Amino acid sequence: MISVVKDAEARTLTITARFDAPIDRVWQVWSDPRQLERWWGPPMYPATVTEHDLAPGGTVAYAMTGPEGERHGGWWRVSAADPPHKLEFESGVADADGNPSPDTPTAVIRVALSEPAGGGTQMEITVAWASDEGMEWMLATGTDAGMTAAVGQIDELLGLPARA
Amino acid sequence: MAESEQADALFHALADPTRRDILAVVLQEAHSVSDLARRYPISFAAVHKHVGALERAGLVTKTRHGREQRVRGDDATLRTAHRLLDDLEVLWRGRMDRIEQLLADPAEEAPHCP
Repeated sequence: MISVVKDAEARTLTITARFDAPIDRVWQVWSDPRQLERWWGPPMYPATVTEHDLAPGGTVAYAMTGPEGERHGGWWRVSAADPPHKLEFESGVADADGNPSPDTPTAVIRVALSEPAGGGTQMEITVAWASDEGMEWMLATGTDAGMTAAVGQIDELLGLPARA
Repeated sequence: MAESEQADALFHALADPTRRDILAVVLQEAHSVSDLARRYPISFAAVHKHVGALERAGLVTKTRHGREQRVRGDDATLRTAHRLLDDLEVLWRGRMDRIEQLLADPAEEAPHCP
C-alpha cells in the first residue's frame, strides 16, 4: 500500500507506505547497513555501504556498481535522528572514490515512522530538491540506471523480451 | 540541440544565482530586459547576457512588444519538474517494493547490530 504526492512547484515528493512489520523492524532497513544495501540501489546497481553513522552529524557513504562496472557514489549527512521514529538527512552525489562532489545539488530527505491503528508501521518519506537541476542530477547519477532496471524487472515479470 | 547540449545549457543557466533570480522573477510576470536591469547592480549588457543564457536553456522566451523585448519564464520548466518527479516516483516506489520484500524475508528476522 503506497501513496505518492508530488508537488512540482515545491519540488517535493512524498511517499507513504504501510508495512506489515513492527516499527523497530522497519527502522532496521535504515539502521542496518547490510539491509540498507538490499533496497537503496536497484537490483542491477547494488549498493555497498562503506560508512554508516545515523547519529546527528553522522555520515553515510555508499557506492552503487552497475552492470558494466561503473560506480556511482553517494553520501548522506544526518541532521536529525530519533530511532525508531525519525531520520532526516541531506543526500548528495560523490565521485567513484566516495568523496562528496562539491557544488553539486543535494536533496533533503525526511523519514517518519509511525504505528497506525490496526497494526504495522507507516513510513512517510519526503524528498525535497532545491531545483530541477538537483532532480536532473539525481536521475543522471546512477538512479536513472535504477529506473531502467525497474522497467526491466517489470518486463521480466510480465514475460516480455528485454528492452534494448 | 542534442539532449546532452540541452542539459549542459540547463545546468549552465541554473548555476548562476543572478540567473536563477531572473528566472524566478519572469516566471511570476513578464519583464522587459530594461526592467530587469534596474533590479540588479549590473549593466544592461550583463543582464542581457544572462537572459540569453536562460533562453538557450529553454527556460525563458523573448517576445517583441514595440521597441522592447519582454522576457517571460517558460512553463516548460514546470513541465520538466513534473517529468522529473514522475521519474523519481518510479525510483522510490521501487525502493518501497524492495523494503517490503526485505521485511518479508525470514532470513532477516534476527536483529542485526544497529
